[in-house]
Amino acid sequence: MGNGRQDFKTDAAHALADTALQKALQNVKRGFVVKREAARAKLPEFDTLREDARAIKDHTLSHLDLYLETYERKVAESGGSVHYAPTAADARAIILKLCQEAGAKLVTKGKSMVSEEIGLNAHLQAAKIEVVETDLGEYIVQLRGERPSHIIAPGIHLNKETIEADFRRAHHRLPRERRLDQAQYLVAEARKVLREKFLAADVGITGANLLIAETGSSVIVTNEGNGDLTSTLPRTHIVIASIEKIVPTLEDACTILRLLARSATGQEITTYTTFATGPRRDRDPDGPSAYHVVLLDNGRSEMLGNEFADMLRCIRCGACLNHCPVYGAIGGHAYGSVYPGPMGAVLTPQLQGIDRARDLPNASSFCGRCEAVCPMDIPLPDMMRTWRERDFARGNPPFSERLFLKMWAYAAKRPLVYHALANAIVLFMARRAGARGRLSRLPLAKAWTGTRDLPAPQGRTFHSLYTRARRRGRV
Amino acid sequence: MSAPEETRAAVLDRIRAALGVASLDHARRTAVVRRLERHPRGTIPSRATRRGEERVALLTDMLTKQGADVSRVPTQKEAVGAIASYLGTCNLPPRLRMGADRVLAALPWREAWDIERSFGRAGPGDRASLSRAVVAAAETGTLFLVSGPDNPTTLNFLPEAHTILIAASDIVGSYEEAWDRVRAIYGQGTLPRTVNLISGPSRTADIEQTIVRGAHGPSRLLVLILG
Repeated sequence: MGNGRQDFKTDAAHALADTALQKALQNVKRGFVVKREAARAKLPEFDTLREDARAIKDHTLSHLDLYLETYERKVAESGGSVHYAPTAADARAIILKLCQEAGAKLVTKGKSMVSEEIGLNAHLQAAKIEVVETDLGEYIVQLRGERPSHIIAPGIHLNKETIEADFRRAHHRLPRERRLDQAQYLVAEARKVLREKFLAADVGITGANLLIAETGSSVIVTNEGNGDLTSTLPRTHIVIASIEKIVPTLEDACTILRLLARSATGQEITTYTTFATGPRRDRDPDGPSAYHVVLLDNGRSEMLGNEFADMLRCIRCGACLNHCPVYGAIGGHAYGSVYPGPMGAVLTPQLQGIDRARDLPNASSFCGRCEAVCPMDIPLPDMMRTWRERDFARGNPPFSERLFLKMWAYAAKRPLVYHALANAIVLFMARRAGARGRLSRLPLAKAWTGTRDLPAPQGRTFHSLYTRARRRGRV
Repeated sequence: MSAPEETRAAVLDRIRAALGVASLDHARRTAVVRRLERHPRGTIPSRATRRGEERVALLTDMLTKQGADVSRVPTQKEAVGAIASYLGTCNLPPRLRMGADRVLAALPWREAWDIERSFGRAGPGDRASLSRAVVAAAETGTLFLVSGPDNPTTLNFLPEAHTILIAASDIVGSYEEAWDRVRAIYGQGTLPRTVNLISGPSRTADIEQTIVRGAHGPSRLLVLILG
């Protein structure tokens, strides 16, 4: 759960100085960015699929009530049940009750950002239920008592040496002299430890990448197979999903699946894509005997009617995080919220209130890469700007910031004043920088010059150079 | 927490209020019913329109790139032989767990007399398993496995080496064609408990983006294309 951090700037500064984190963050570019581009290049239809996917979601969202009703009926027909949860607290209470009714002592979990959003693990643990994350990255961050730093790669902020130390601490009964210095040994050990949990679990909880109205199915994508062992082996399978995950048909799911893995990890498709529909059938030799879906609203229905409706198209691929220069510089934890990066900067203020999350939509240079790579064509920078406007209207920015913006607005609306001021400032900066052409200190700009030099202008504004050139007939 | 009926009505009412619609709007209902009945297709990648041997080659190529071993077996006898030698290659004892699938049962198992077969769901002690895919989509090398007594789902995930047999005639181009095959078996709007789309062996890149096989599911996947 987000704790509405007011200390984003401090955490971001710490993240920038954290050399281990900075090393780990290099893997984002090396892995995701390069692979996504290669996958996109191999599918000439990518941009058309993006338009199709946007149209699917827009249609579904404008008929959301009806598709939910259909979905619910289909789940019931296949022997499962649907539970509506208006708030995070409702969802926690419903899931705890279902676990208790199933007599659960041990719960295994597939990766679910919605379960992070509602703070599910702590709630179940407080009721003396053991909860084990089974996605490798999630398992590692759970051992560390952290939250995921990335929505699809929870442990992207960690190096293998750190993970080795965590495993030695957590799996202290295993022989001390065993090798754990390479990823393959760490994976093999996690496989062994978690296999016992899979087999012993009473309840398995997974998220859903999609819900399908036509068939009443929930869809998860994984590469590890952990989601399938979670949903197949225990007596009860609980799916936690937010209401906007629904699509009408299997064909619609195909269109979105073609974009999801390519945008996320740069794979053509994930190793496993699983369509789960209800509990085990009469003649089935395996599978859970009970199947529940908890549908979470938690602010989504409000977004449907406000300026942030486009955000409900999000399929949580993480491409906007991977391509964001701010995320790339500070990682996910500094955001202080469940959802980091550009998508989190739009979603978190809706979930927590702008008063508690005002730094997040401000943590962007509006470079626009997030929108360019978004497979669902979500105008992320525009929505961050809308949050900034709301923030300003509520009087949240400090007095100095407001005063500066007022002064700037005054000048910007008066060209003569603006040009005169701009000329004076540019001249002042150029003089001060001298032959070096860079400023290491500047009044009112400590936030910039505290960590790096500011390149100085060369002495004239573009406008004055242009006017002069025109007068001489050169343009 | 209030009663389930109330929370349900609360969420649906909030959605309708946000959309500015009434619950009994006939045109909206018709649009939804029509879409579900017609389930229109979106853009199909051109690579999914390949036919014949080119299509088989695409499936093979995609699966191989995703870390699976693929073997074309023209006859049933060769299929059994390929399974036997694969178990040897993987250093596994000649034991195989499988379901009641009739196509698999009809293979000439006497050709591999030393393979000890057992039937039903997989347990923790099963190291190798055999399943049959009902259909495969060549576009990304994706096999569709359906749950049930013929091919229990646990076979797909618990053992360390999984073999999947697919008839060459069951290979289609796109996911959409594959779903139409599934619809032909189960009827429109109805699915078995699980449909597993499998496109390679289990893997993870959660540690420093290094790809490691055999995260939780099988570390080895053999796909046999029969015919």
